[in-house]
Amino acid sequence: MAVDVAREAGSLRGARLRVSAAFWRRPWLKLAALVGPPVGIYTIVYVGSLAVLLASGFWAVNAFTSETVHTWNLGNFRTIFSTTDLTYWRIIGRTVAMAAAVTVTDAVLAFPLAYFMARLAMPRLRALLFVAVLLPLWSSYLVRIYSWRTILSTSGALNWVLTGLGLPAQHLSGTNWAMWLVFSYIWLPFMVLPVFAAIERIPDSYLEASGDLGARAGRTFRSVMLPLVLPGFVAGSIFTFALTLGDFITPALIGGGPGTAMIGSTVEANVGLNVPFAAALTAVPVAIMGLYLMAAKRLGAFEAL
Amino acid sequence: MRWLTRRRAIGALAAAGLLAALVVPATSIGSGSAAFSPPTKIGKGEGSLNVIEWPAYTDPSFAKPFEKATGCTIHRKDAGSSNQMVALMRAGGGGGGGQYDLVSASGDASLRLIYGKDVVPINVNLLPGWKQFFPYFKSPAHNTVNGVHYGISLQWGPNTLIYNTKKVKPAPTSWSVVYGKKYAGKISIPNNPIQIADAALYLMKTKPALGIRDPYELTKGQFDAAVALLKRQKPLVKRYWNYAADQITDFKNGDVTVGSTWPYQTLTLQASKLSVKDLIPREGTTGWADTWMLAAKAPHPNCAYMWMKYVTMPKVEAQQAIVFGETPVTPLACPYMNKLQAGSCAQYHLNAPAAYLKSIHFWKVPIADCGWGGRKDCVDFTAWQQAWTQITG
Repeated sequence: MAVDVAREAGSLRGARLRVSAAFWRRPWLKLAALVGPPVGIYTIVYVGSLAVLLASGFWAVNAFTSETVHTWNLGNFRTIFSTTDLTYWRIIGRTVAMAAAVTVTDAVLAFPLAYFMARLAMPRLRALLFVAVLLPLWSSYLVRIYSWRTILSTSGALNWVLTGLGLPAQHLSGTNWAMWLVFSYIWLPFMVLPVFAAIERIPDSYLEASGDLGARAGRTFRSVMLPLVLPGFVAGSIFTFALTLGDFITPALIGGGPGTAMIGSTVEANVGLNVPFAAALTAVPVAIMGLYLMAAKRLGAFEAL
Repeated sequence: MRWLTRRRAIGALAAAGLLAALVVPATSIGSGSAAFSPPTKIGKGEGSLNVIEWPAYTDPSFAKPFEKATGCTIHRKDAGSSNQMVALMRAGGGGGGGQYDLVSASGDASLRLIYGKDVVPINVNLLPGWKQFFPYFKSPAHNTVNGVHYGISLQWGPNTLIYNTKKVKPAPTSWSVVYGKKYAGKISIPNNPIQIADAALYLMKTKPALGIRDPYELTKGQFDAAVALLKRQKPLVKRYWNYAADQITDFKNGDVTVGSTWPYQTLTLQASKLSVKDLIPREGTTGWADTWMLAAKAPHPNCAYMWMKYVTMPKVEAQQAIVFGETPVTPLACPYMNKLQAGSCAQYHLNAPAAYLKSIHFWKVPIADCGWGGRKDCVDFTAWQQAWTQITG
């Protein structure tokens, strides 16, 4: 009886040993078994759908039935990059400018907060601040958007404060300014966290050494702090820039006034009617992000992630 | 990314291309079916019914009794726009993708679904309510092509001119109030390409020289005139609203004081004690009319027919009209409406004379075939969409 159990355990162990020996003899097999499934999913689900998306941008749509016609042509891209009708140039330009403005705003807001959290705050306060930064992410995006609509409306909290202070009321609802405010608010946590990580990694000794060598606070900030934090900024900007570039809910609910259309909302408007055109327009932010990531890689952002 | 050498990158691209090639043919299957003949009787229910609907179009208040009586459990997919409805029907190879049975398409979507072969003809003789419809709604142009019925009319409503009675004085009587400078920055307009028809209708009455016959069937010149009018309107607009709730919020917040709306928003705002009124201006107006349409690949056709039969009964029509704030397609619903809410039959213009119905130009998808004068060079909806992007962007 005891022998049987031992033998069985032995055969199980033997099988395990044989498998692990096979893996040892063929290192490529081990690698394939380990990496295969995630790479497969990545290739098929992610790259595959992206390829189909890009390919469908070259298709057309039957104007009568609005069904997709699978003939290759550049019509959609000609419409987007038309030299006579600048509508889409304007929309793309506005979207990129908005993404850039939001990124800069978030960087300026995130740095002091992240610095305080990383270097000055006691552990308990730091934990509290972390929760405060992340708390908005726990509530629904839509709830936050609608709260902003109420705040920015003609009879909202913002104007209540402004008129209370004797300042003129603002009519921000529906404008690009409103979108800039809301985007900056919504994506701020995505900037704070990587900047915090970058600041936290700077050894105190660097700053002390800078001081010992006679640098004042400003010089230490410019020559030591900023270069070391830059990858954190770039990493954060990847989020804020990309998320602003593709969003369509904020343009629809916070924007919506004349001259506030963005790439995301224009894609959304075309999806039901002209899928190839929507796909072609989607290729634009993909290309912009591709260029952006290449630049970000040069600045060493991926080491800071 | 350094591991991705150029040769490997090319390999990855080739693999992706191969994948695309495999996927592409699969999506093109499903067109070119032979003549379709609708059923002659409703069979046994399949126990389930999947609908793409405007929110509350299968409101439990009248859907629950249906589910109990037929055993067809309703699964709902709420749509936010006509474009989204078409996209949902087109997903999974079209025709509802074998997933959806019914769609409550509005007039700016229904012809697209018909010509895209996403919906199939239905047998209206299986739906007793149909015989009692207003004549217009038995075979309207937005759901009946060459005498073939692609669905059953459901409910309708006008696009009305709404205004805040405290801020807009004197009370407007013409659409000119949303094209003029007096209320600049306080105007609320739907974010929908079909809005071009509203401009065309206004021009039809104010600029007869353009020779506009039908606001949905515009030649290039007429279309350009309508687009130019909307471009002049653009700086006056506060917001192009996407959802009814958006417009309601804007009126409540005081961001807008006048605009184009549906009766639903007016009634909701009045219920919350805001001093708004709406009217059909002297130029007439556009309107929407919805149709329950049967998906080409409906997995539960019998339950779908049972639902179409049920919702077109006068009593259920009345219930839905009150829930959503719209008007039934059958005059027999009037007493039921009044029973549910005193005076509602008149409030929703169900008892209005035929002239009222005539003053409403119902949404239909613009196509190249003008439908008048034998002309085939009218501007189609794809161009409407592009022009709308130009106007608002």
